[in-house]
Amino acid sequence: MKQDIFQAIADPTRRAILTLIAVHALTPNAMAEKFDMSRQAVSKHIKVLQECQLIKPEQSGREIYYHFNPKKMQEFDNWLAQFRKNWETQFNQLDNVLSTIKKQKK
Amino acid sequence: MKNNLLFDFTVDKGAKTVFLTREFDADLSLVWDAFTKQEILDQWWAPKPYLSKTIKMDFREGGRRFYAMVSSEGVEIGWHIQDYTSISPKTNFKFLSVFADKEENPFLPGSNWDLNFTEQNGITKVSITIYNDSLERMEKMIEMGFKEGFTATLNELEILLSNKNK
Repeated sequence: MKQDIFQAIADPTRRAILTLIAVHALTPNAMAEKFDMSRQAVSKHIKVLQECQLIKPEQSGREIYYHFNPKKMQEFDNWLAQFRKNWETQFNQLDNVLSTIKKQKK
Repeated sequence: MKNNLLFDFTVDKGAKTVFLTREFDADLSLVWDAFTKQEILDQWWAPKPYLSKTIKMDFREGGRRFYAMVSSEGVEIGWHIQDYTSISPKTNFKFLSVFADKEENPFLPGSNWDLNFTEQNGITKVSITIYNDSLERMEKMIEMGFKEGFTATLNELEILLSNKNK
């Protein structure tokens, strides 16, 4: 099943993982330790986060470190910014409509 | 029109909720009409260059508004249903909003809208809470907004460029 970014960040543990990784890259073992979770549980979260490209793995020697991918988060924020802009436009239109009606009433 | 009226937009991604607050320089009964009467709604309920075209509207609890988004070429590009679930005149109303096809078949799930109206010194404040049943729906809502807004931006650019060339 395809994972989407909203599903990924809806989970509080995954949000916590992202917050941590944003500061510095971590190995799955380090994550399991920090969150007091099984390796299996961590793997599940990593899978979801990686499928929607919020994190990316990088091999370093024998370990895999997971990095935060700010570009993907930016994409999401761009969507929201556009949604906000649409409403700004609509409300400005409403301002004009209201002032026209007010003038007509006078 | 430039103004210094409040506009607040916040998103709680985890809770799948969007909050919008906006003030309007008009009394409450006029703003209430602008949100609840189709002849006024159709003048602003779509970001330019799109227009909202109400196909039918019955503003009462249990009633429905069915409307289309229309492109600047006059083509209907998307349909929406709003089912009014609660109405307290000039104070609050709630509806369930869902995407639909042109035959009025809904694509569930939808989002729950809760609109509050208050007036102080001739300024009316409208607070809107949009709660999405599903994350997919929230993504869809924002994605459609993105597409519509992006086209609008391109059109604005086109006008700007053609004016400059004159």
